[in-house]
Amino acid sequence: MQFKTRDFSTASRVLKIRKLEVGLAGRPRAEKVLKGIDLDIRAGETHCLVGESGSGKSVTSLATMGLLPKDALEVQGGLIDLEGFEITSATHAQMRELRAQRIAMIFQEPMTALNPVLRVGEQIEEVLNMHTDLSQAEAKKRTLDIMDQVHLPDVQRIYSAFPHQLSGGQRQRIMIAMALVLDPDLLIADEPTTALDVTTQLQILRLIEEMQERHGTAVLFITHDMGVVAEIADTVSVMQKGEIVESAPIRELLTNPQQDYTRKLLTAVPNLKPRPARVVAEKAAVLDVTGLDMTYGGSGWLRRSEGVHAARDVTFDIAPGRTLGIVGESGSGKSTVARCIMRLIDPTGGEVTVAGTEISRLSRRQLQPHRKHFQIVFQDPYRSLNPRWTVARSLCEGPINFGTPKAEAMKHAAELMELVHLPTDALDRYPHQFSGGQRQRIAIARAVAMKPDLLVADEAVSALDVSVQAQVLDLLDDVQERFGIAMLFITHDLRVAAQICDDVVVMQKGAVVEQGPAGAVLSNPRHDYTRSLIEAAPGRHWDFANFRALDRAPAAQGATS
Amino acid sequence: MFVYILKRLLATIPVLLIVAIFVFLLLRLTPGDPAAILAGDAATPAQLERIRDRLGLNDPLHIQFVTWFGQMLKGDLGTSLISNTDVLDMVRDRLGPTINIAVMTIIISVALAVPMGVIAAWRHRTWIDFAVMSFSVLGFSVPVFVIGYILIQVFAIELRWVPVQGYASPSDGIGAFFSRAILPSLTLATIYVALIARMTRASMLEVLGEDYVRTARAKGVRENVVLFRHALRNAAVPILTIIGTGFALLISGVVVTESVFNIPGIGRLTVDAILARDYPVIQAMILLTAGIYVMVNLIVDVSYSFFDPRIRY
Repeated sequence: MQFKTRDFSTASRVLKIRKLEVGLAGRPRAEKVLKGIDLDIRAGETHCLVGESGSGKSVTSLATMGLLPKDALEVQGGLIDLEGFEITSATHAQMRELRAQRIAMIFQEPMTALNPVLRVGEQIEEVLNMHTDLSQAEAKKRTLDIMDQVHLPDVQRIYSAFPHQLSGGQRQRIMIAMALVLDPDLLIADEPTTALDVTTQLQILRLIEEMQERHGTAVLFITHDMGVVAEIADTVSVMQKGEIVESAPIRELLTNPQQDYTRKLLTAVPNLKPRPARVVAEKAAVLDVTGLDMTYGGSGWLRRSEGVHAARDVTFDIAPGRTLGIVGESGSGKSTVARCIMRLIDPTGGEVTVAGTEISRLSRRQLQPHRKHFQIVFQDPYRSLNPRWTVARSLCEGPINFGTPKAEAMKHAAELMELVHLPTDALDRYPHQFSGGQRQRIAIARAVAMKPDLLVADEAVSALDVSVQAQVLDLLDDVQERFGIAMLFITHDLRVAAQICDDVVVMQKGAVVEQGPAGAVLSNPRHDYTRSLIEAAPGRHWDFANFRALDRAPAAQGATS
Repeated sequence: MFVYILKRLLATIPVLLIVAIFVFLLLRLTPGDPAAILAGDAATPAQLERIRDRLGLNDPLHIQFVTWFGQMLKGDLGTSLISNTDVLDMVRDRLGPTINIAVMTIIISVALAVPMGVIAAWRHRTWIDFAVMSFSVLGFSVPVFVIGYILIQVFAIELRWVPVQGYASPSDGIGAFFSRAILPSLTLATIYVALIARMTRASMLEVLGEDYVRTARAKGVRENVVLFRHALRNAAVPILTIIGTGFALLISGVVVTESVFNIPGIGRLTVDAILARDYPVIQAMILLTAGIYVMVNLIVDVSYSFFDPRIRY
């Protein structure tokens, strides 16, 4: 693994943060959100700020931008020095002048960060109109120029496009163009690739690097993804609960972490080496999918439109106690397959057999008694539990619907709480009283309460921090072993797939391009698309948990052949 | 877009047809002989027979409907039983004042309410927000005629800035029109200012929490530009809906105000027609109101796409 080893000791210091304290607005005595952090970034340097959600990464960046949500958070001590200018005491007008000219920011979600009702060209141009005296024609020329620099195709056309007409990667390029059009000294990137597919992520990381080299910008890069850190960082600061616990050059941090928390964080990062395959059970498959087809739209009223082929001839099966992963990028059709199997949508062709019953063409009413055989856990535990229901009510609803007496359902719910390592009194509480990881445990308990034969996990750990992710994956493994459930695991994250799956199906544009045992597919991919996915996975040559390079990089053979 | 508008126009046909059938049956299914109702109490049997003949009441019901509908399409809505004048002419005469007052009301409402709502949302939970919300509650709760009489008392009787009552068409002179239309418009506007300000505030509060507002601030954009260029357009759709519904309600709901200010508009025409059981006029008014609702809704729906490019028809 090649780390950056550039030396910045002679470069000028762009950002100097000293003893920065941020707390709840108007409550100086409450516990601080940032407890006195120090940070230095020099010109041309990429400094990564890592940590789990709630550690204060984003608060640090917003404080630097002077964009802390007013009425909620305020700077209560310390200094933020941007090349000699003190940000904490700046006026609104001074901050406005500073932004975009000397300090700019890009955000995580390029769809929501761009104004949906303004043309993207206008949104870039607005920066020039606000901060320069350029004429309309000059501003447009400069806008097209920066759009060209971030490698957007056909800039004349994209100039007058609206955000929803562009892809995620193109939108993030627009955000980068907007941030860099005035050549700022400091670029803050807050999880800029988290919402993107791996291959797009790689392109965006390369782009930021290229722009940084061209303009000599200092970059403060916020991320929770250690793989990304390994790829791009010169130096790293690890944050925990509002404090920077460790700060070091990248190689030093990854090979010889000093703090327990850093070690814990690194150990939790799953690597791309597939788990050892489990014994193949000689039992009949629980889920059997044959030739599954799903076309959206397609039936016009007057003229027949083509429709979108979201799944094409998908065939696989899962035996009890085994886990099959479907991997692919957004739009590959993996979630469509999961939804067809759950009959949340009705497939347009093919067969789905769950526990011996063909369900793809049953009516809703006929399907009802079979529902308890297959259950799903969704990606976002914040939205998949009814916020006005107690945990007990969410857990018991299903079994009671299927005729379990209430007392028995409650007893079972209490047992389930123990199974997912939550206290029994959690049953009387509401979802908002739990953390993301705890909520996902509740969602798993809810699914298992139905004693299903098949559990579908649709990106079930994607919204969680790595350390929590590892715990939830363990839990899923544990549950599976105990009840012999077959699991269909949908994920875009190859590391996660490597950790949990026995078999893997790789999908691209609705079609299966490769399938087989996880070990074979992930370490020796045959299809170009699988290979490009693996190659795009950041930090894939590094074994984070063991603080060293992977002995044999997966896909190395495939890549060189 | 053109295709969409055409489709929507076609879709209004069934709606208006149902209204037309209802209006037609209104007379035919009313207990008693429609001819007797039309002719009034003092009619002779010969007169009754003449009316029956003229209305085609001796024909089967569906033939009657086709005849009536055909006449209606040609603009023949019958004659008023009271004044014996053509109903279409009556409505046409009365529509002008009502539309003029309604348009002026909506302009005043939007001009006051949208900035009020925007500023209330911007200064959320400050005294400005509190003041706007208090005014809004007041606007909802005080009856229209009370506001009307208070305005007359202050501006017409005490200050003598404007006439107490009456109406002048804009063709009689803009000054004359404004001096007479301003008080009724303000009266009517009160409730719409309250309504639109509330909706604007709620919609803006939601939008101001969006990521792209943060992006705009991160670009160093001035606060007024953030509010009006970045946020307001995104908040526009629910506000437009309220304005559209408000305008349609205005046309049909101006009765009290027209009475208070003695304006010869369709509100009073309707009330007078109902009191006098002037069925042809009532029929015409129902058709007109339905037509206005349908058209305003179409205009509002089409205008969404002007504010939000993601809405494409």
